[in-house]
Amino acid sequence: MRLISLALALFLFWLALSGHYTPMLMAAGAVSAVVCVLAAVRMGIADPEGHPVHLLGRFVTYFPWILREIAKSAWAVTKIIIDPALPISPTMTRVRASQKTSLGIVTYANSITLTPGTITTGVKGDVLTVHAVVREGALDLESGGMDARVTRFEGRV
Amino acid sequence: MIDILLIGLSWALILAGGFFTIVGAIGLVRMPDVYTRMHAASVTDTLGAGLLLLGFMLQAGPSLVLLKLVFLFVLFFFVSPVATHAVANAALHYGIKPQLAEDRRGRLDADTREPAAIEEELRIEAAQ
Repeated sequence: MRLISLALALFLFWLALSGHYTPMLMAAGAVSAVVCVLAAVRMGIADPEGHPVHLLGRFVTYFPWILREIAKSAWAVTKIIIDPALPISPTMTRVRASQKTSLGIVTYANSITLTPGTITTGVKGDVLTVHAVVREGALDLESGGMDARVTRFEGRV
Repeated sequence: MIDILLIGLSWALILAGGFFTIVGAIGLVRMPDVYTRMHAASVTDTLGAGLLLLGFMLQAGPSLVLLKLVFLFVLFFFVSPVATHAVANAALHYGIKPQLAEDRRGRLDADTREPAAIEEELRIEAAQ
């Protein structure tokens, strides 16, 4: 099932990028999609981590949430930058990721980095080291709201 | 009528994207060290690039170009945090110390020793 969905996704991607719809070229695209899937299987990357299609359903609600978080924190950093006093209080902290899979932990680490004002600088096991531009950003992560949201996105494993 | 609205909205988005791109650039100059500068840069590649792309999408209308802009947006979404993390991690490894107002990295130290570190301690204990 996962392989079929990977082939389908690759073929649709090929169609969208090529813009040619003659039978000959579409067949060539289909063949390349299948070859890519075979290569991915041989490389051992056609797994839930390489093609996490099982997350698609929950991604539909996670994506708008993370976009809103990004917009909110980008605006907060913007206000800091245009403030003549430049009110920064750089803080580094460590937070624990409650996700079970490495895919979940990567999602959490990337979500932290995507929201302006916080950057994941290191990952060791389930502990993330984070640099925040203001102290509140670090404390906010320590309180674990985003961690819980990402764990919900990861689902039951 | 709809056309005028769409064009107006797309211009508003493009101008807003431009504003955040410039803010990111200003922050890049004003911030004191590598790590805080990266926070400023992330304003550019999230809200700046995002709003610009959204404005371009409205200009493109329903077409293949629109789809390709969506791909670009997705690419930014997945690649920019990875690149940011790589730069921050590299800077730390290189030994560039962040200027901190507060260092709270010790808060999880007590219970997060690496397995290797624990093994090392046991070996020292056994030797004594």
